[in-house]
Amino acid sequence: MAGCRMKLELSRVALGKGRLGVLKGLGKTGQLSLEVPGCLLHTHLGTVPHLTQDTLSTLSTLPSVTQITLSNIAEHQEVLEEFKDGFRKFAGLHDTVLYCALHDPATPCPTGHTTNKTVSVWGSGGRIELTVAKFMALQKAVKPDWYQSMADGETWQINTSHKRVRKSVDRSLAHLDECLLVHQKSQELEGVEVFGVVEGGDILEERVRSAKETAKRPVSGFCLDGLQTGSMDQALRTQLISAVTKELPEDKPSFPLSVRLLQGVGRPDEVLASVEAGVDLFEGFFPFQVTERGCALIFNFNISSNPELAGRAPPAVLEPGEDQETAGDSQHNGDLNPDDQTQMTSFEINLKDKRYQGDFRPLVEGCGCYCCRNHQRAYLHHLLVTNELLAGVLLMIHNTAHYHAFFSALRDALAEDTLDLLKRRVLGQTERKD
Amino acid sequence: MAATRACGAAANTSENIMSLKKALSVASPLTLRIVAECPVTKARACDLILPHSAVSTPVFMPVGTQGTLKGITVDQLDALGCQICLGNTYHLGMRPGPDLIEKANGLHGFMNWKRNLLTDSGGFQMVSLVELSEITEEGVKFKSPYDGKEILLTPEKSISIQNSLGSDIMMQLDDVVSSTVTGPRVEEAMHRSIRWLDRCISANKNPEKQNLFAIIQGGLNTELRKACLDEMTQRDVPGFAIGGLSGGEEKDDFWRMVTLSTDHLPREKPRYLMGVGYAVDLVVCVALGCDMFDCVFPTRTARFGSALVPWGSLQIKNKQYAKDFEPIDSDCQCPTCKRHSRAYLHALFKSDSAAMHHVTIHNIAYQLNLMCSVRQSIVEGCFPEFIRTFMKRMFPSRDQYPGWAVDALASVNITLE
Repeated sequence: MAGCRMKLELSRVALGKGRLGVLKGLGKTGQLSLEVPGCLLHTHLGTVPHLTQDTLSTLSTLPSVTQITLSNIAEHQEVLEEFKDGFRKFAGLHDTVLYCALHDPATPCPTGHTTNKTVSVWGSGGRIELTVAKFMALQKAVKPDWYQSMADGETWQINTSHKRVRKSVDRSLAHLDECLLVHQKSQELEGVEVFGVVEGGDILEERVRSAKETAKRPVSGFCLDGLQTGSMDQALRTQLISAVTKELPEDKPSFPLSVRLLQGVGRPDEVLASVEAGVDLFEGFFPFQVTERGCALIFNFNISSNPELAGRAPPAVLEPGEDQETAGDSQHNGDLNPDDQTQMTSFEINLKDKRYQGDFRPLVEGCGCYCCRNHQRAYLHHLLVTNELLAGVLLMIHNTAHYHAFFSALRDALAEDTLDLLKRRVLGQTERKD
Repeated sequence: MAATRACGAAANTSENIMSLKKALSVASPLTLRIVAECPVTKARACDLILPHSAVSTPVFMPVGTQGTLKGITVDQLDALGCQICLGNTYHLGMRPGPDLIEKANGLHGFMNWKRNLLTDSGGFQMVSLVELSEITEEGVKFKSPYDGKEILLTPEKSISIQNSLGSDIMMQLDDVVSSTVTGPRVEEAMHRSIRWLDRCISANKNPEKQNLFAIIQGGLNTELRKACLDEMTQRDVPGFAIGGLSGGEEKDDFWRMVTLSTDHLPREKPRYLMGVGYAVDLVVCVALGCDMFDCVFPTRTARFGSALVPWGSLQIKNKQYAKDFEPIDSDCQCPTCKRHSRAYLHALFKSDSAAMHHVTIHNIAYQLNLMCSVRQSIVEGCFPEFIRTFMKRMFPSRDQYPGWAVDALASVNITLE
């Protein structure tokens, strides 16, 4: 897009091995950046679930991009229009890039309400139908730095027909064209980046067509929609992503390199595979889902070859006896269950389990988060069984810290060419179940 | 994290605490220093030195029922200037249980709270929560709501649990009767509470580390209250609570029982008025001579979206705040008011539980700041003026002042114009 400052600089690109780089020139002053592969900060209306600014600021490294969703915001359109200064200021956010998406990735929305001219989002008061006009009016009131174009992503259900998939690609392209038309005429949206949405369900040629056509439009980034956890297995997802990324601009001087955001995928194993297929960005909802089921992320991603460092601060040490038990857990829970995203994965422990009642260790030995520095598993167990609100607060702090540290380790591994080692470390924990 | 701690800073310097702790280790685990007394009312400002830190009184103590203050981290609570908070013996005795808490180095270790803790006896919850409870001379018998098992809570058992919790202040088990009950049952409960106090005193395994407070009973009957005061003040306990009130009795009866109690309690020991937390009640009861207060109201009401302000409260979930871009209270220095508007909080209540935490933080800040201002005015000798200004701000006009508050204040020489 003409005049945009956002720039993706890749330091490493290996076919089938992922891209490493920095997204630069972000924010109102262009001073912010975001390392890729990376993940956005998941929020409810600009608030990281359960956290106030005090508790959020205990996290040392947070992504510079905050994701908000129209499903939360649409019902407050009138308020934002009266407020005039945009959502960032309305929510008391300061130095962050605001990315406005359509749906909340952690809340699947009902299907069957999409028409040729509208998509629907679900807020606290129920369904809100968006036309392109309303969608763009919302963007003008929100004033994000980036936003996802309006799109028909209702193709994730098993058995979606070819015809329906084709329609979703056509509609999404039509929506994008209409959005861009309004966008270019809107002074309020000057300098705001538009992300085009690649649809196509599980049909390869539709995916390719959607990618090719979207890439012809002046978009700054691509959202890969309809590939979320539960809609397909990772092998198919990888195949589709690889086909799509081949169609997206690589590095042409005439056209800036653009970023690829995969929607609805957050499991560490799926993240690793998707990064290899060429994905740059993820939505950060996974730690929230883990928190909501009363679990803590404990998976190990430490591949430091420095034995001193590894010995002093292993990210997740489990005692031998417990290792067995956790493996037992994952046998039961670790499998992908397309019907239920609330199922526990093998990357976490369930603190409601009685075995943590008298466990006076931190969630993860050596973890530097506020929760691990100050509290023990036994206390978290107590907070969960007594339904105390602090459980969500402390778990969200730890899970967010752990998940973002995983992304940092992932970037290090790409830089040092040790991705295979990292994969073995992370996936080894799931493989043990077999 | 924004520190809104303002008053009591002098008493809080680590040097002071160190020297005071040394003095304490040889004497009792509690020292009360009267910093100032109001020349007009019965109000006083004190430094209450407890094992974990000094407490500036008058003090409001937030309630952390199950070893946590609803959704607030201990660092947040500390940053708000909270020097003492409550834990409930009944709940903690059930879950996670005294043995586990003892293993975690007491409730302080379990919840990682570095300042003081006060625990109740567990008796009140038994009467208020458990329908089928039976009181005998031995103790309170009730069925556990968790597993249906019959449990007997005796004075010895209550103290044993509180010893495991390791609180700085423990409360005696008392025979609680609803404040609306009259007749011989009230007298029986009063006498039994005295007998149970003696059993609690002898059961305390840690008198050098944990303070046991007596609870004055006697319902709304002047004679019984007086008799209870006479008996209990003969015991060598470090502090006294005024119990059996705030249970739905007439406010006219309430304040008379409070002032009767403070009239007969020793000047050199702290007075804790149980279950009081509305701003007007706090200000009036400080004037009547009380030092310590606790109530779940400010934190409970916060979770329903009610934010406390000097002119009453705001129901932040009401539609009128949807487009109100002012903070809850523009004079408030709490982290919530410094960052968020009423409109944002209104919207956030529809999306995330953090909205509750924001209002909880604000309400605790409000309560603590109110008590700081009260203390400061006592120290500066202008408490009567403070009360008049406070009442003017709280009520739109003189004729809306509650009669009981006007009478109670008149009894301590404050006339409201």
